[in-house]
Amino acid sequence: MVSASIKSTEIKFGECNKKLLEEVIFYGISLGADFVELFIENSDNSSVLAEEDFITSVSPSFGKGAGIRIFKDKRDGFVSTNDLSKHGLMRSISQAIEMLDISKKNNNSNFNGLDKLKNYSKSKINWLNEVPTINEVSEKLLLSTKSLKKDKKVVVRKGSYARNWQEVIIASSDGTYATDIRLHQTVGLNIIANDAQYRSNGSRRFGSHGIPNEFRLWDHEKAANEVYETSMNMLYADYVQAGQMPVILANKFGGVIFHEACGHLLETTQIERGTTPFSDKLNEKIAHESVTAIDEGLSEGSFGSLSIDDEGMEPEKSILIKDGILKKFLSDRAGELRTGHKRTGSGRRQNYSFAAASRMRNTYIAKGEFTKEELINSISDGLYCKSMGGGSVGATGQFNFAVEEGYLIKNGKLTKPVKGATLIGDAKEVMPKISMCGNDLELAPGFCGSVSGSVNVTVGQPHIKVDSITVGGR
Amino acid sequence: MNATEITTQITTAANILNIDKWDYGASFSNDYSVQVDRGAAKQLKASQKQVITLRVWNKENLVGITTTSDLSKTGIKKALKQANIASEFGNKNEFTDFSPLAKDPIQVKEVDKKNPLGIKKLLKILREAESKLIESHEAIKSIPYNGLSESFYERIYANSDGALRNYSKSQAAIYLYARAEEKDKKPRSSGSVKLGYGVEDIDIESCIKEAAKKTIAHLDYSSIKTGKYLVCLSPEAFLTLMNAFSSIFNARSIIDGVSLSDKNSIGDLISIPALNIYDDGLNEKNISSAPFDGEGTPTKKLSLINKGKLENLIHSESTAKIFNTIPTGHAGLGSKVSVSPDWLVIEKSNECSDLNMALEHKKYQGNFVYIEELNAIHAGVRASQGSFSLPFEGWLYNNGKKRSIESATVAGDIKYLLKNIINIENEEELTTSGISPHIWINELSITGDE
Repeated sequence: MVSASIKSTEIKFGECNKKLLEEVIFYGISLGADFVELFIENSDNSSVLAEEDFITSVSPSFGKGAGIRIFKDKRDGFVSTNDLSKHGLMRSISQAIEMLDISKKNNNSNFNGLDKLKNYSKSKINWLNEVPTINEVSEKLLLSTKSLKKDKKVVVRKGSYARNWQEVIIASSDGTYATDIRLHQTVGLNIIANDAQYRSNGSRRFGSHGIPNEFRLWDHEKAANEVYETSMNMLYADYVQAGQMPVILANKFGGVIFHEACGHLLETTQIERGTTPFSDKLNEKIAHESVTAIDEGLSEGSFGSLSIDDEGMEPEKSILIKDGILKKFLSDRAGELRTGHKRTGSGRRQNYSFAAASRMRNTYIAKGEFTKEELINSISDGLYCKSMGGGSVGATGQFNFAVEEGYLIKNGKLTKPVKGATLIGDAKEVMPKISMCGNDLELAPGFCGSVSGSVNVTVGQPHIKVDSITVGGR
Repeated sequence: MNATEITTQITTAANILNIDKWDYGASFSNDYSVQVDRGAAKQLKASQKQVITLRVWNKENLVGITTTSDLSKTGIKKALKQANIASEFGNKNEFTDFSPLAKDPIQVKEVDKKNPLGIKKLLKILREAESKLIESHEAIKSIPYNGLSESFYERIYANSDGALRNYSKSQAAIYLYARAEEKDKKPRSSGSVKLGYGVEDIDIESCIKEAAKKTIAHLDYSSIKTGKYLVCLSPEAFLTLMNAFSSIFNARSIIDGVSLSDKNSIGDLISIPALNIYDDGLNEKNISSAPFDGEGTPTKKLSLINKGKLENLIHSESTAKIFNTIPTGHAGLGSKVSVSPDWLVIEKSNECSDLNMALEHKKYQGNFVYIEELNAIHAGVRASQGSFSLPFEGWLYNNGKKRSIESATVAGDIKYLLKNIINIENEEELTTSGISPHIWINELSITGDE
């Protein structure tokens, strides 16, 4: 047991808080908690919006807060607060203890003090000074919206940038003591084209983690060309006819379907809820043998990468599905406690006001051997989904995704563009139907909203063929 | 800190920094929530939050903004400084000012103040609710999505021109989404949400009954053939659609070019003449009502569609100025002020002689699809194009008998839909997002598994 003497009475970022943290954790353990975890955050964010040829919004924000989690048996209580004083943290501990109805008599836990600090932020101290200034961002965003001004039919042009800087301190009663700095930057372009009764949209988003200079290197001309091309291709498109058909899903953001429809079902959070059909399928075939799927937090610069997860664990490369066989679930601390699946460094949260949960990081289907053309040539009558919009998955695993840019496939060739397509299905039925994977794996950034808030992720895949799926339309 | 203290603190800091013009919106809240899993406490959560959004105007009358949770003297000073820096990048194309109505009287609803029940009582209530719902039918195996929460909060708006208003209230919510499974059949899920000013106000029994009834009713399902169908939209489904396409009457969206309406659309016939739509944030049945918006403008009832014609738009201060009118109490508080509806009320107007009154979902004997709930709104609605393609929960009615539809989507165009309403039923129903009767549409595309 630790008997700490307190010198500081408030958490100070960039300084040693070990004694204070130990006293707070010890306080929780002494009141009967099995496990105590503190997640303390300092954030500095800003966003800029350019519309047409003006900057219309600049929004900085900053804040501090703590998330305190207590476990007793398999239950947990979570309290969040903006009060980072010793008194505030201890009051939160007491609140969590009271919630769980813990009495001292039941306490069998021990706390031997925090380990030596694992400082993952050493090389990241200057990141906040190295990111582009608001002036730089504004100038480049205005260049990007100017680049979208290619045609009178373009009636709305938008460029947006967001930078999220986060400094975290993580300490828990198993000795974990770590600090880290995270930096995410994202930039997006949106366009609306209009001609008489015809209207179309185009959008792209780009993002990175841990590369302060990334926005300066962003090729806004190339991005603007892609967005413009999408909107023009779709402007006069007919509505797709509904029905069952084979589809080719493009690489990059096409991976959102695997993320939403299957990836979420491989999080231990879903096992706990009883909402995944795969909970008892470990080492069984759940997908076509051409499918290998991976989730990892290691790819340098990728939007979903991290040095440590929000529970202080270094992320691993998790092979979820190998040649169609389910090999692993993504697990956090609560997931390990309640389902027995080992932690994978996947405990993530939007910020201090959420308890961590098992969440995806960079998730993708591994590349196969086919070219994109071979995939398209294999279909006589189907749909090519070049660009995907958003989607969702219901409580029974059924998914629904909008196709932003789609083309009919006739006799192995891409033909006319079609709009209004929605892909509908459920993972259990669709995964065995992914019969061909291309050799052109690429990743794309995104935001994933779930039980622990919105987190930065990467989705990805090569071009893939689904033998049959329901396409909603008119 | 109370409203006066925080305003004094900002005034002092602004004076030191030579900032003459500012306003702020602040929110303080204490929230408690519980979730359960087959009788066991799953997650118990409490949070204390404080957040303030400060706007400052520089000498060129450009606005800068900063949001922070640090309400210490240092934090507020830093926020004012950052907002001042951000003001250098203020929108030169559209000037924002204080709302001219920020000092007008507000109507604060008289509601009994509720006290926190506390986590233990919340847990006990939710456990009992979960247990009752599971016991209500052998096919209901779990309630994977459930929660009971209570929230106590205060909102403040003040500006350097002397406006200062605040209100505090409490709100509670329960949601129960059951999952039912039967042998050789796909799992089915449905549920119910109820709101109240406090947990004591919530009719938990009706939430349990509604969740059970809906879930069980969907157990006997079949697929539906792809095609065009006569459709009856439940009040909830119609309100979901109208909220998703609220850019039609949103001045901000019109200015931004993302609305189906334009600056000259007032007076246009956009639906059948039998339809009236109001925004009525202060409606006595709206649990989430707020007496003023992010700019301090009082909330009020506003007619949006009157006898099918677009009658008013919802505005912030800056959009109202552009349209030469007054703000309507629908603004947020941000660097670019957002505008959104509060609580929609749908009614049948007195010009309803063309409606087919025989279409009543409880009595009609013909074939039609009843859409109970629309899903995946964020993915399936293209508000700027007017199109939608959405999965739904619903039934296929055939000669008075109904059968749950396995999985299907409904697709269409909002302009077509509003002009092809063929009946508006008499009975209006209260939902969490507004009030509406059942609405019948002549023909919509349904995609099923056949």
